[in-house]
Amino acid sequence: MTSQSTKTATGRGREPPKWRMGPASGAGFPIVDREDFSDATFRLEIDHPVMAKAAQPGQFVIIVTHDHGERIPLTIADYDRVKGTVTLVVQAVGKSTREMQQLCRPGTALYSMVGPMGQPSRIGEAKKVICVGGGLGVAPIFPQARAFKERGAYVISVVGFRNRDLIFWEDKFRECCDELIICTDDGSAGIKGLVTKGIAQAIEQHPDIDEVVAVGPPIMMKACAEATRPHGIKTVVSLNPIMVDGTGMCGGCRVKIGGRIMFACVDGPDFDGHDVDFDDLMNRLRRFKEEEQLALERWTETCRRLDMEPHTTTQDSGRS
Amino acid sequence: MPVEAPQARVANFNEVALGFDVENALVECERCLVCPEPACVAGCPVGIDIPGFICKIIDKDYRGAYDIISEANLLPAICGRVCPQEDQCEGVCPVGDTLEPVAVGRLERWVGDRAIEEGWHKRPYIEPNGFRVGIIGSGPAGVACAADLAKAGCAVTVYEALHEPGGVLRYGIPDFRLPNQVVDEEIGNLIDLGIDIRCNTLVGRLFTIEQMLDEMGFDAVFIGTGAGSPKFMDIPGETLNGVLSANELLTRCNLMVAGRFPEYDTPLHLGRRVAVIGSGNTAMDALRVTRRLGAEKVHCVYRRTEAESPARLEELHHAQEEGIEFHWLTAPVEILDDGDGNVRAMRCLRMELGEPDESGRRRPVPIEGSEFEFETDMVVYAIGTNANPILGQTSKLKLNKWGYIETDEDLATSMAGVYAGGDIVTGAATVILAMGAGRRAARSIKEYLGIRDSDIVYQPERSGHEGALFGIDGAERNFVRVRSA
Repeated sequence: MTSQSTKTATGRGREPPKWRMGPASGAGFPIVDREDFSDATFRLEIDHPVMAKAAQPGQFVIIVTHDHGERIPLTIADYDRVKGTVTLVVQAVGKSTREMQQLCRPGTALYSMVGPMGQPSRIGEAKKVICVGGGLGVAPIFPQARAFKERGAYVISVVGFRNRDLIFWEDKFRECCDELIICTDDGSAGIKGLVTKGIAQAIEQHPDIDEVVAVGPPIMMKACAEATRPHGIKTVVSLNPIMVDGTGMCGGCRVKIGGRIMFACVDGPDFDGHDVDFDDLMNRLRRFKEEEQLALERWTETCRRLDMEPHTTTQDSGRS
Repeated sequence: MPVEAPQARVANFNEVALGFDVENALVECERCLVCPEPACVAGCPVGIDIPGFICKIIDKDYRGAYDIISEANLLPAICGRVCPQEDQCEGVCPVGDTLEPVAVGRLERWVGDRAIEEGWHKRPYIEPNGFRVGIIGSGPAGVACAADLAKAGCAVTVYEALHEPGGVLRYGIPDFRLPNQVVDEEIGNLIDLGIDIRCNTLVGRLFTIEQMLDEMGFDAVFIGTGAGSPKFMDIPGETLNGVLSANELLTRCNLMVAGRFPEYDTPLHLGRRVAVIGSGNTAMDALRVTRRLGAEKVHCVYRRTEAESPARLEELHHAQEEGIEFHWLTAPVEILDDGDGNVRAMRCLRMELGEPDESGRRRPVPIEGSEFEFETDMVVYAIGTNANPILGQTSKLKLNKWGYIETDEDLATSMAGVYAGGDIVTGAATVILAMGAGRRAARSIKEYLGIRDSDIVYQPERSGHEGALFGIDGAERNFVRVRSA
């Protein structure tokens, strides 16, 4: 959107690469569908038949929107092996994700997408599970809930949103869950309160829960782990720390698990929630706070300037 | 030959005759009788071996067809369009006695157009041998192996997990030692050799080595994924913000261009006083990169002395010239918090050299009571790497106790047809050693596939135009096959 809209700034002054960007032919990764759940959350469906075939619940991808972009890890929210597509749910919070919100439309393509990364979630022998998703974690918990259901488990899903307007995929969850508990912060739908309240309710009604799986912001996963600890229920969480390559090469994603250092990208992203040092994780997520703020301000400012001169840029500029 | 409809073509200056596509060309070639004494060659003013190039097209060796034509005529796309073939080659074609003659001109044009499209005139021609080899990793080992196999005629596909090829040459070695444009150029040369490079492909997770061999039609696989998983020291404070591996620092700077944040989206958060732990070549790169990005003070912290430093002498001198401060015989024992989750300082010990250890270097021994605080706000670990675990996690490959892939002296792994070389076998080493291993593996793969390791690729000559009789090749006719009394 910024200086990237000019040809010279995009290519680091070099010719377009001769290598192929993906396992199949063609350049980029075409976006075939998009749905906006709210003013910040949206779903992208990306054409990638090889990945759609390989993806398992709990795995993630790393995407780059354009050749000046950063590598953004996103958990796979769904995949369709027949259509050959992979679904991602993105929350526009920082510069890169807001830029995605603006640029990623059907008919455009992502500059880069690699995956599926990380170890797939272990869909074990559990007979009764609670799948907890909070905020953005609602999307990635879905394939796990479905996988548990397909394995024959009794699945209770607890999903949390700020208010009723932000709810998405209620129908998809109802289809694959035996029970669905919706929690909203303001009580505008389901029960009023955080997902932990939903977990407490589920545990009360079902004393024989074998496993809890929680995906969401670290603070929520921490609360979930604390909620199940007194009951001694196995709790699996999916961590999404800052990372660069996602292949175990940079070590940026190291997390403390039971006092040992692990790489979330190759050892995880699923870990035993009772062993995770969440405070350490939350501190590490603040690592680039200043830079994130700066990038966002600079980007917002550029957008404002470009709004005044709407002809200087096109919708899909900044990507080659 | 397909032509554009007259109504459409009067409105533009596009070419009227649209030319053959592959199917047209192949069907047309089948009509050639491949006469033993071809009249068409005699009818051609420049004497193109017409049955010869037609046979190559039938073999689907289009590049071979171009080579035969261009021996006699370097302008096939032009001559195929403008020659009066009806008075020359096509005029004397025996097929033309009863049917339409073989459309030699259109075939010549098709080959010429294809040569332009593919840029064949710029590339060396290698006769394909029909084998497909998959290479995992586009670093030094992978590209060296790929080049040798491509030169031998294999169809080579290189898979790279990052979004740009080159491996450590791209993400690791900084521009002031190896500019990315040079990497682009050299990799461009490989692509010109016919090597297919595919980025954004994480082998092991997107598909496994087993799938490459069983489902994707590869005859052999080479693994050159590198070591690349950074080591930490397991001392307190390693997860504080401001502590990172040299790999992360260099990847952010070299591959993601973090030095030009916010023009590029990837941040780095450079410290003011940087401490790099380790004194190898990677440490030198990390020191000199942070220096160039504008850190006020850059320190190298190493537990042995300059004499034991594994870095190349030249690198060490360059670093010293650039004002990097070296702290020999110093080992960190703890990284200290500033109270807000960031690095404030390191607690270090002074060392002295004791008896030689198993590597033959004198072992550093801590001096008791020598603890001191070392002020720093960015700590970079450059103390080596471990094996990358992904292929071990996703295949049945036999690994050694450190997680590196086990191979025999021919670099063959425990899986038939799968070879490995470079850091993923030996542990962290140099670019040139990895390239050497890649070439060694290429030699083994050629042996495994039964390709002779020479410039000449032996293939049975197609029996045909050079006077075959009763299915016996012209060359063979001198041998006594049937002796008549």
